[in-house]
Amino acid sequence: MTQQYQYKDTNLILSEPNKFNAANLRSEEMIINLGPQHPSTHGVLRLEVLMEGELVRDVVPHIGYLHRCFEKHAESLPYNQVIPFVDRLDYVASMNNEHAYAMGVEKMLGITEQIPKRVEYVRVLVAELNRIASHFISIGTYGMDIGAFTPFLWVMRDREHILRMLEWASGARLLYNYIWIGGLFYDIPVGFEDRCREFITYLKPKLKELEEILINNKIFVERTANVGVLPLDLAINCGVTGPMLRASGLRFDLRKVDGYSVYPELDFDIPIGEGKMGKVGDCWDRNYVRFLELYESLKIVEQCVEKLTGEHKRSRDFDPQALVPKKIRPKAQDFYVRAEIPKGELGFFFRADGKSDVAFRCKCRSCSFSNLSVLPEISKGILVADLIAIVGSIDILMGEVDR
Amino acid sequence: MLTFDHILAHVKESCAHGEPVALENTSPKAIQIPADDLIHVAENLYRHSEMYFDMLSCITGVDNGVEANTMECVYTLYSVPFNSQLMLKVILPRTNPEIDSISSIWKSANWLEREIFDMYGIQFKSHPDLRRILMPADWEGYPLRKDYKQQEYYRGVKVES
Repeated sequence: MTQQYQYKDTNLILSEPNKFNAANLRSEEMIINLGPQHPSTHGVLRLEVLMEGELVRDVVPHIGYLHRCFEKHAESLPYNQVIPFVDRLDYVASMNNEHAYAMGVEKMLGITEQIPKRVEYVRVLVAELNRIASHFISIGTYGMDIGAFTPFLWVMRDREHILRMLEWASGARLLYNYIWIGGLFYDIPVGFEDRCREFITYLKPKLKELEEILINNKIFVERTANVGVLPLDLAINCGVTGPMLRASGLRFDLRKVDGYSVYPELDFDIPIGEGKMGKVGDCWDRNYVRFLELYESLKIVEQCVEKLTGEHKRSRDFDPQALVPKKIRPKAQDFYVRAEIPKGELGFFFRADGKSDVAFRCKCRSCSFSNLSVLPEISKGILVADLIAIVGSIDILMGEVDR
Repeated sequence: MLTFDHILAHVKESCAHGEPVALENTSPKAIQIPADDLIHVAENLYRHSEMYFDMLSCITGVDNGVEANTMECVYTLYSVPFNSQLMLKVILPRTNPEIDSISSIWKSANWLEREIFDMYGIQFKSHPDLRRILMPADWEGYPLRKDYKQQEYYRGVKVES
């Protein structure tokens, strides 16, 4: 049976109405609608822009076009079956999402201490590889927003290596379902460590090239420096986290602050924005912090590979699924877990009732959602072209904003 | 850094409508406060130089179901300088739930409260811009309520196939 959508002009206005009424505008004001289908909005974000002449007076983001009812699904499925849905939150960094979710459920069950070190190192290894892939997307598409097409193709070429490696380990290119509660789907394949080492040697000169063609490019600097400056106090007040908060000058990274998983045993730095090209917290800083984090993630990958071939090396009797619980039933409690994913703080609020294998409530606090909410604050009195630069520098991913 | 007992004592001072209760089995530690005191408690926690909860990480709405006949708002606060977390819990009735908006203190509350309004129908008093955020503006009902039944037709299209 086919269904007919009743097309009416009024329907469009009713479902997602503009905040500003066009009839009440003054003569020099007008409303520009940006998106939801527009490459520079990174997915399905719709921006209603109130213009005054050539300057932006107010921006109203309209979201929800990619809403897939994650929280409703999580209330009707057992904890382990939610992991594929968690993948689809931030779908370019699924490993990081899974790591955060699995960690939360393990903490609720109280089995965090029993997880073998090898499992944790594999988790961190794949998560950091995925962090590199996610930052590549961010930097590449940001360049494309500004008008640089070549770096986008270059980073996609390099990202392809990571996707192939993760496909080798888990069987999927983007949505892995690899990190399970209490363990892993499989151990990493034989030869994975060597391939990681090869990749590190391959990538380092490529990053140098990327820096020369994009980061220090004069046109790129002119477009992004001193644009969209986000002051630190506003950033904290708006709940901004991740590279965006660090670019505003705060050395804050949950991998260090909370020290979860095996991160305390690893040696890495936290880059912050220093206002090298303009003011602290401008678009260039945000992009540069992500770029510097690529090096830090490479450092972590290197150390993980070191550990996985030395101290916690592969053995015949190692079973990554050995500790996966048959029945996941945490005792009654409220639990908030948070972890650093490429875009910021990913938090899960769980309420377990102690009587069922299904969460009574599972709320996802997504970083892109909070980061995007700062957009109207920092884009007043700018040009439309700068608005594109700011939206790109926030590094939103609509899968995570809308959930 | 302040201990939880100190924070509890501070919260007690700014509660005029009832006693705050420290809750068990939560992580981070949680305090349940009367709904009418929320704005005072939040203001105190935000401004006080020894507590300084400058970041509002998350607001969670919870529907306890028809039998319990209550709803909850859970606020997860974080203090960046002291690295401490705190949960505030407010219990609301299930019919016409209403609570003060705290978006005048933390700007991040603006969208988080809109989301809860969208999913649970909790009204936030003196919120600057309380509209639906994820669902279409003309959607009927509040999807995350435990007794939610979706509408049969949306714009002439059958919702459940």
